[in-house]
Amino acid sequence: MLDSTPAKRRKGHWLSFSALLLGALVFLFPFYYMLVGSFKAKSDPSLKGLVPTGLTVHNYAQIDSRVNLLRSLVNSGIFTGAVLLSTVVFGILGGYALARLHFRGRGTLFAIMLLVQIVPFQLLIIPIYVMIVRTYGLADSYLGMILPFAINSTAVFLFRQFFLQLPEELFSAARLDGAGELRILWSIALPLVRPALLTAVLLTFIGPWNEFLWPFLVTKQTDMQPLAVTLANYISNVAGRADNPFGAILAGAVVLAAPAIALFVAFQRHFISSDLGSGVKG
Amino acid sequence: MSTEAARTGGAVTHSPAPRKLTALVGRQPLGIVMAAPYAVFLAAVFAYPLGLAVWISFHRYFFAAPGAQVDRPFVGFSNYTRVLGDPAVRQSFLNVLEFLVINVPLTVVLSLVLATALNSVTHIRTFLRVAYYVPYVTASVALVAVWLFLFSNNGMVNNVLGPLAPNPSWLVNSGLAMPVIAIFVTWKQLGFFILLYLAALQNVPKELYESASVDGAGPVRSFMSVTVPGVRPATTLVVILATITGANLFTEPYLLTNGGGPNGASTSPVFLMYQKGIEQGAPDIAAAIGVILVIAVLVISLINRRVLERD
Repeated sequence: MLDSTPAKRRKGHWLSFSALLLGALVFLFPFYYMLVGSFKAKSDPSLKGLVPTGLTVHNYAQIDSRVNLLRSLVNSGIFTGAVLLSTVVFGILGGYALARLHFRGRGTLFAIMLLVQIVPFQLLIIPIYVMIVRTYGLADSYLGMILPFAINSTAVFLFRQFFLQLPEELFSAARLDGAGELRILWSIALPLVRPALLTAVLLTFIGPWNEFLWPFLVTKQTDMQPLAVTLANYISNVAGRADNPFGAILAGAVVLAAPAIALFVAFQRHFISSDLGSGVKG
Repeated sequence: MSTEAARTGGAVTHSPAPRKLTALVGRQPLGIVMAAPYAVFLAAVFAYPLGLAVWISFHRYFFAAPGAQVDRPFVGFSNYTRVLGDPAVRQSFLNVLEFLVINVPLTVVLSLVLATALNSVTHIRTFLRVAYYVPYVTASVALVAVWLFLFSNNGMVNNVLGPLAPNPSWLVNSGLAMPVIAIFVTWKQLGFFILLYLAALQNVPKELYESASVDGAGPVRSFMSVTVPGVRPATTLVVILATITGANLFTEPYLLTNGGGPNGASTSPVFLMYQKGIEQGAPDIAAAIGVILVIAVLVISLINRRVLERD
């Protein structure tokens, strides 16, 4: 009892708060370094390099002159947009069916869905590469890029959990009134889970936007590559010839990182632990 | 089955559908239609490739022009024996093991401690949470770029360390390359695991903390005897997901250490799959590596469940 007096407790709180704050600054440091470095005219690896002086947008022009930034951004946008659309439409339908409808095979589908989370995608790249690139000839196409990600299992899982949380009476009442399932889904269930939908959308967004390995395998033409692949190729091949490779690479990193971070910060209120927790608890 | 029953998903059973049909398709067969795209997706992108991987791994498989009829003879376990006899492959599995030994404990301890602290903090809560989540939502490729400059030979870390800087430098030092990658991934993924623990913490009953405090337990004691056991199912999940992250390792060694140097000290099995399967045209060897990895992940997950869920 003695060590939990209010004064001591308050001291403990401030101690853990200071530690958290310090940790947060350490966590954010690489982002600060990325941003400042991307605007620096010259690379300076000493601590003075952290002071934002002599700023210029030259690095952005530099990387843009070597790779087609806009084109890569458009590719990333198409890839991510298509995955989002497909996951939201088919994920909501599948999630609703898994949560609310009794049909043959529901248990099996759910079991497979859990299994998918354990077998990681990367381990399937060889057969998927054989199928998509060698058998169907979908190399350097948006379809080939999108197919393996078309429906995000984690998102379907989250949709199922959202619909499961709604009271059953709501559904039986609507059915008694003669509403069809699609109508119940559209006018009753969806509006009720709308805030939670954002969690699933944000989670789905960061998958294809940040994905490197698969688009790297499937696209060899530079005008088809999403930004993550373009930037990775720039880092390993081209950067050495730029006059400030340090700044140019960091400029590319900022362009790649910014959309996901901006979306996340704008909607972080919706990116809450209870949604995700209900998703992973099963 | 009447069309009316199909439209309402068979939920309103005033006009009962024939029993046999209900037994065959379930009470609400519309569910089959709604779940079909996802089921087809799982079959095409998960089940079929998994089977294909196993099939390829037991045959002599090579790439041929689409539609060309080629003979791909069954070779039994010969791809597996070649894989297991290859020192580079064994090295890559040991590298992942080294990765896991650093990454998993660090992830579990840091994310649980940080989640507990974040859970009780009231000041600038949003800022703190965002700070820890941001690396998770950012692309590895973008973050790798920063670490490349921080940890390169004449990078900022060595600049600050001065004479204490390791020689050879971090990413070209065979003893340090993998630890740097493991710490990078821990930092990158931590936000997600903090989120999982924050959710789990909401389920630990408040009364347990109160009774611990009545019994005279300080914060450390109540953390050890209430929080840690209270979030055990989440810990199982965190360990399994962190293991899967380790098995998936590719981007970081590929970009940070030029594909797995020095001397293969940071080569990952997925990198070898890429190199052997796609660059060198031996998908059968690569598929065998993949199958071994899947089995390893499953075995580790099972052992982990057994150990952590034992009371």
